[in-house]
Amino acid sequence: MQNAHKTLPEPDPAIRVRALESLLVEKGLIDPKALDALVDSYEHKIGPRNGAKVVARAWTDPAYKQRLLEDATAAIKEFGFSGLQGEDMVVVENTPEVHNLTVCTLCSCYPWPTLGLPPVWYKAAPYRARAVSDPRGVLAEFGLELPETTEVRVWDTTAELRYLVLPERPAGTEGLSEAELEELVTRDSMIGVGQPKSP
Amino acid sequence: MNGIHDLGGRHGLGPINPEANEPVFHEPWEGRAFGLFASTFVFAGYTVDEFRHAIENMAPADYLEHSYYEHWMSAFEALLTKRGIVTREELDAKVAQLSREAN
Repeated sequence: MQNAHKTLPEPDPAIRVRALESLLVEKGLIDPKALDALVDSYEHKIGPRNGAKVVARAWTDPAYKQRLLEDATAAIKEFGFSGLQGEDMVVVENTPEVHNLTVCTLCSCYPWPTLGLPPVWYKAAPYRARAVSDPRGVLAEFGLELPETTEVRVWDTTAELRYLVLPERPAGTEGLSEAELEELVTRDSMIGVGQPKSP
Repeated sequence: MNGIHDLGGRHGLGPINPEANEPVFHEPWEGRAFGLFASTFVFAGYTVDEFRHAIENMAPADYLEHSYYEHWMSAFEALLTKRGIVTREELDAKVAQLSREAN
């Protein structure tokens, strides 16, 4: 580390960002419109509804599910979801015996193409600290109580490898279409801190 | 390096407090900071690992007390000044100018 004591200047963060953006625009290094487009993409286009499509397909198409578990990166790319922060994906499947939970203890790694940008709690210290040491306690804070007999597996994401949880298909959904199933898939169920909604 | 960022297993950091219906960005400036991530990679030529290392180099108290996108701002400033693309003086002068204009 460069300094053990506090070193950050304390301007309003909004001004700090504007200062840097303005300087880079003045130097001709960035185009503000490109920033607008990026913000718009992640606010409106790239988010957990992408992951929900993947999960609903896996619930309805056994061959797709097999491809997804064998080579998640390729199977997810069948939907066109790929690229930045999702270059190498692994899907972990929940079963009655096993519940999977994902975290990034070192920072904030998260599968952007399928889930979008991570929520604040995923990037903050309490979740990163305790997901690995007290996963059941963490799940309880999200209102999820699992039977003692269910094994909890915690996956610590890295910059190179991102995980997506394939939750269990909810009971009583036999007659639902893929599109209807998609609506039941929540972001939290694909991180592993929740279950899909019931129909 | 077992720095402050290596949070797995630490105690005493409090409850998780997930926010219901959380927006992607809580303030417009967070979106601008996010946009700078992909934009600056293009011309500054740093890697994700270098970017994260710059965050890990923050002073530990700063790391714990500042929000996620403030971590990013620290990394942008550290990496861009290190490369001489902007100087600390330019940044400070621009912050001062914008602060004056805002008041």
